[in-house]
Amino acid sequence: MTEQTYAPGTYPDLPPPSDTVGPIHWLKVNLFSSPINSIVTLVAMYLLYLSLPSAISWLFIDATYVGETRKDCAPEGACMAFIGERFNLFVYGFYPAELRWRINLAAILLVVAGAAVLWDKMPARKHMIKFAMVYPLIGAWLLSGGFFGLEHVGTHLFGGLMLTLTIGVTGIVFSLPLGILLALGRQSKLPIIKYFCIGFIEFIRGVPLITLLFVASTMLSYFLPPGTTFDLLLRVLIMVTLFASAYMAEVIRGGLQALPKGQLEAADSLGLNYGQAMRLIILPQALKISIPGIVNTFIGLYKDSTLVIVIGLLDPLGIGRASVADTAWLGLSTEVYLFVAVFFFISCFGMARYSLYLENKLNTGHKR
Amino acid sequence: MKLINKVLTGVALTAMTATAAQASTLEDVRAADELKCVVTTGLAGFAAPNADGRWEGFDADFCRAVAAAVLGDGDKVKFVPSTGKTRFTMLNSGEGDILFRNTTETLSRDVDLKLTFLPVNFYDGQGFMVPASLGVTSASELDGASVCIQTGTTTELNLADYFRTNGISYEPVPIETNEEGFTNYVAGRCDVYTTDASGLASTRAKFDDPTQHVVLPEIISKEPLGGAVRHGDDQWADIGKWVVNALINAEEMGITQANAMNLAANVGNNPGINRLVGSEGNMGEMLGLDAKWAARAIAQGGNYGEIYERNVGPNTPLEIARGLNALWSQGGVLYAAPIR
Repeated sequence: MTEQTYAPGTYPDLPPPSDTVGPIHWLKVNLFSSPINSIVTLVAMYLLYLSLPSAISWLFIDATYVGETRKDCAPEGACMAFIGERFNLFVYGFYPAELRWRINLAAILLVVAGAAVLWDKMPARKHMIKFAMVYPLIGAWLLSGGFFGLEHVGTHLFGGLMLTLTIGVTGIVFSLPLGILLALGRQSKLPIIKYFCIGFIEFIRGVPLITLLFVASTMLSYFLPPGTTFDLLLRVLIMVTLFASAYMAEVIRGGLQALPKGQLEAADSLGLNYGQAMRLIILPQALKISIPGIVNTFIGLYKDSTLVIVIGLLDPLGIGRASVADTAWLGLSTEVYLFVAVFFFISCFGMARYSLYLENKLNTGHKR
Repeated sequence: MKLINKVLTGVALTAMTATAAQASTLEDVRAADELKCVVTTGLAGFAAPNADGRWEGFDADFCRAVAAAVLGDGDKVKFVPSTGKTRFTMLNSGEGDILFRNTTETLSRDVDLKLTFLPVNFYDGQGFMVPASLGVTSASELDGASVCIQTGTTTELNLADYFRTNGISYEPVPIETNEEGFTNYVAGRCDVYTTDASGLASTRAKFDDPTQHVVLPEIISKEPLGGAVRHGDDQWADIGKWVVNALINAEEMGITQANAMNLAANVGNNPGINRLVGSEGNMGEMLGLDAKWAARAIAQGGNYGEIYERNVGPNTPLEIARGLNALWSQGGVLYAAPIR
């Protein structure tokens, strides 16, 4: 019998039993909890053992980071010198070098505007939101110029990362409100609005994006009066936005239908009109339910921007493909595709994590 | 995809005939002060952007030569990258004024797609490349092989013709770009890669050890590559045609990038050179251009030989010998009509 070293009634917290803490326990629970899991773990570890050392030495140890042509690169490692040399092309596309500060400025302002919209602890958020509302105009002005003292830059010089962001941000910003309107329109009791929305949504969903882009780039010039020049990128932005908004509408309709009918009836009984009921009762709940679907659509839209290569605009993937055709750097497709893949992964993973954060923040009792 | 393509091209052509009677392309180009030139989305040696985003290559140089002749400045080119499937629609819809996109001249493209081809500027032919380890020495041994083939190109049709004629069975692996073909071939998803010999040369140059791959001796097709413009604007077609001819004639006459403008400034004692560079005669005027059109085109990127050597010739990684593309006087088939 051991001696009691504490006062009666003040039993201290004892450490947990040694077999429920520590790395060994973690391994047991997470990696070796059942025979099948143990086998899977061992197989995965063996595969990592096979692939990881060579991947690391290819990417880091044997890789060449500085060089002028492919001949400067060690044949057994990655030739990252190529990516370094092409980095500006990947980021800015064909934008004139002396005007690239405009893209940088637009990107900084985008971060500010984005933070105001996405982060609710932003200082002076009310004013910043107003700024975010006019940001699309400021951004368009900075990138394209043409008035208020900025030199005009043709959109055919857009490319690379800034093209993807231009298409992605425009599509995301405009497709959400448009999608909400379409979703509400589809449920409307007014037949004209209802059937217009249904027709629009079903048409857009029935046609591949690549076809719409093709129509936008080449067919449209036949239908417009001769001599009209209608900026190619603008046509693409409109098509991408309309395309995403149709999908968005269906996602939001899913959210609307998940709400019990009593919510709208309660709003009616309180004497709220349609606009108030939607703004205060229905949409906040419906949008919250739809967040995963909305972000899903955003990510899809963002990745679909690589399709613009069919109409002769070069996004990072297009720039990469064109770059590997440089005679000084022949045969480096692995490095280029890897770089582009990492870029898209970071962007899309970021969006996915933000959506998770938002879901957790708004999780006020609907989660099952 | 093919059907969509056909339908779209059909709509395009119908609509085009309706709107064909517009201002001339030359006036449009001058008004925009910019030549819209349809090129590839990237093919080694023919057109690809360099690190500063400037398009370089054989086709790009021809675009610049035309821009120099028409607009006086070879940098006033707007490059319109296009895939094999979209190139003609781009041209026909007016997204491009002229096309230099290693494109084979064929009857159906000329007549059915309503293009007017410029003189051939590169004689190519379709060949096969196989890994040396396969031990194949002739295309007739390729029975049952899987073949990587670019869709929407003449090579696709040639391949079907050739294998049908010789009773060989094969399994096509459709790809979109040369780059994709290379990747698939390296990964072993096809035994054989087939495309124009120039494309094979550039693909072979990408390997760490090119000797591991053989280009088979058979050349199964004629691929005369040339620029093209839309049907129905003869003046514009003439300009494109004679810029190409001028560059080839310049090589014959020894007019180079370095001496073109000097020759144009002084009347020399060779009337042929004088007519070409515009110090005598009114050739430019007949085309609707000024007298120094050809001199500027040559001064832009050099004569045909200089353009060839710089982009695809034996001293580049592509190492394509002049072969058929030498002047007629040097054993090739380049035989440009005289400028007189």
